[in-house]
Amino acid sequence: MSYTKLTRDQIAERVAQDIPDGAYVNLGIGLPTKISNYLPVDKDVFLHSENGLLAFGPKPAPGEEDPELINAGKEYVTMLTGGCFFHHGDSFAMMRGGHLDIAVLGAFQIAENGDLANWHTGAPDAIPAVGGAMDLAVGAKKVFITTDHVTKKGEPKIVAELSYPATGLKCVDRIYTDLCVIDVTAEGMKVIEKVDGLSFEELQSLTGAKLIDETQG
Amino acid sequence: MIDKSSASLKDVLSQIKDGSTIMIGGFGTAGQPAELIDGLIELGIKDLVIVNNNAGNGDYGLAKLLKAGAVRKIICSFPRQSDSYIFDELYRAGKIELELVPQGNLACRIQAAGMGLGPIYTPTGFGTLLAEGKPTLNYEGKDFVLENPIKADFALIKAYKGDRWGNLVYRKSARNFGPIMAMAADVTIAQVAEVVELGELDPEHIITPGIFVQHVVSVAAKQPEQSA
Repeated sequence: MSYTKLTRDQIAERVAQDIPDGAYVNLGIGLPTKISNYLPVDKDVFLHSENGLLAFGPKPAPGEEDPELINAGKEYVTMLTGGCFFHHGDSFAMMRGGHLDIAVLGAFQIAENGDLANWHTGAPDAIPAVGGAMDLAVGAKKVFITTDHVTKKGEPKIVAELSYPATGLKCVDRIYTDLCVIDVTAEGMKVIEKVDGLSFEELQSLTGAKLIDETQG
Repeated sequence: MIDKSSASLKDVLSQIKDGSTIMIGGFGTAGQPAELIDGLIELGIKDLVIVNNNAGNGDYGLAKLLKAGAVRKIICSFPRQSDSYIFDELYRAGKIELELVPQGNLACRIQAAGMGLGPIYTPTGFGTLLAEGKPTLNYEGKDFVLENPIKADFALIKAYKGDRWGNLVYRKSARNFGPIMAMAADVTIAQVAEVVELGELDPEHIITPGIFVQHVVSVAAKQPEQSA
């Protein structure tokens, strides 16, 4: 059988289904940012940005951009009615203090035990930059990862143990890839959904960690 | 009569000596006190240790200070950006020292200094390269890393309005590190778009109480050149 990988937008749309009404959520740079396009309008989801925004909204109309109203990705945004500003101490208290419900982040690698690598390739000539990645990894109540299932070279990104430098240990709760959704649990990595036409065996062969099949049929 | 406001940026900045540790507010260019930084460059102050979230954008503000060769070391969370080419070049040439700090640890280390605390235990970074060699503690089942406070000789920050007692309010996401840096430096210099009369700022809405601010300098309101 053949299967079709999910697009980046389809992954974003899938994650959006799991964000409940009233949740305080931080969306990382890149694919996670797209999730905001798929949040139902009848839900109040509060988007948090590291640089001191809660309940920010979409990008402004052309000509309405304000250089002092940007998100953590340094993109222009707007504020929703009821949104607010705060300083960095409060912003990271929201994470570290366990007030933020969900962080959605990208990844280089996720290990079987939930260790995450997403800040540094470890290459000797790379200039390291970490930003808020380590704070989000340990601080949010739930850490969701969006990622391609394998690298551009076809190597697994979900691995037995990290080979890239860690961002946080045992911090990942759920992984959304272009092939499946995985819950990271104390019993192991449970596949709860996969794309049509993809066998569990084939998915396992594309994965460096041991998977448990918990899909329905 | 206490009047912390000053018309001369140069007079205020001239107390900064070579080798000082300076916190500079801002996240990217939002909240970056560009006029104060330009003043530092004009005075030719050298051998600085800078604390900022980033390491400069484009050829503007902090990047310009780096380009002027005024900075020995930078303590920041996110130096590498699409337009951080000045930092990138200095770093690759070994001409600037980098202390990389997770963003929330940067904030709480600054806060620890401002609050008069000693080293603090934080969960962020435990088990990573950035915690190597640092003492750790398991408390109530959770792992923590010991991090030192970050204190500065000076903080240069950008606020929106200030009064002659040093009370400040900020504008939108330009607030970012301003309030916490103001608490962690011996001398805080705030550039503002407008110095207002005492009483004009609603006491309920003052974000930084004047006790944390030594100088308020009015600069012509100028929007930064935005870079992605």
